Amino acid sequence: MKARVFVTLKTGVLDPQGAAIGTALGGMGFDGVESVRQGKVFEIDMADVDRVAAEKQLDAMCKRLLANTVIEDYSVEMV
Amino acid sequence: MKTAVIVFPGSNCDRDMAVALRDATGAAPAMVWHKDSQLPEGLDLIAVPGGFSFGDYLRCGAIAAQSPIMREVAAFAGRGGHVLGVCNGFQVLIETGLLPGVLMRNATLKFVCRDVPLRVDEAQSVFTRGYSAGQEIILPVAHHDGCYVADDETLKRLDGDQRVAFRYRDAVNGSMNDIAGILSENRRVLGMMPHPERAVDARTLGTDGTPMFRGLSDMMVAA
Repeated sequence: MKARVFVTLKTGVLDPQGAAIGTALGGMGFDGVESVRQGKVFEIDMADVDRVAAEKQLDAMCKRLLANTVIEDYSVEMV
Repeated sequence: MKTAVIVFPGSNCDRDMAVALRDATGAAPAMVWHKDSQLPEGLDLIAVPGGFSFGDYLRCGAIAAQSPIMREVAAFAGRGGHVLGVCNGFQVLIETGLLPGVLMRNATLKFVCRDVPLRVDEAQSVFTRGYSAGQEIILPVAHHDGCYVADDETLKRLDGDQRVAFRYRDAVNGSMNDIAGILSENRRVLGMMPHPERAVDARTLGTDGTPMFRGLSDMMVAA
């Protein structure tokens, strides 16, 4: 079973790295980029546990390690 | 006074910290490896040093916070023990949940490595009692992720409870309210980005870190 975990900065949290990337894109001639927010993607291979149990585990992983919930949101996609 | 320094793969200020503690207390601290699951008996103070634990992977301090020894450090703090986290050590203490908020990439996106003026905001703690409130001191900083961020409620609580130990005098990394170091609710855990352990020898630029270590030592001996 495979899962993809997305970790993104919460709305309102300043993202200087995303801003720098946005500025670079503008400088390269990509017009119309209004803003960029940088995040992380984790691809996780899991042993064959049942889906509900896997989702529960993934949620705990996000809370305890993959995301810092003070500033980050996370979402999990089973693939 | 019995002290310990936690050592992670990638720690690089552990020896500076050990020298600062040894000079102030007269006894070399125990160097405790991150995989150890037990702390030495009878500790008065644990220092979590600076560096790049686990290569700063994921988030600075995040992997180190999950190491076996940090469970023991958290339990030690829970029992009222004194813990000092400097630079990466501050990041580790935050990721462990011993201090509130988060340390993000510097607003300038640049690694900042220089001596900076700080204001001692709060002298009412075992760490800062060697200074006077409002005193200006100079300590070196060397970090890429020192921009302190917290929600409004946390910032208000830190201010209201006089838990901001140090503030930058000038903008250094974009920290909210110029916060450079904060105390825990019981004032026995201090996390700070500047390096007091690098400012304890007149031969190597300044001794403004000395009052912290001397204050710690005096207090522990008296207790």
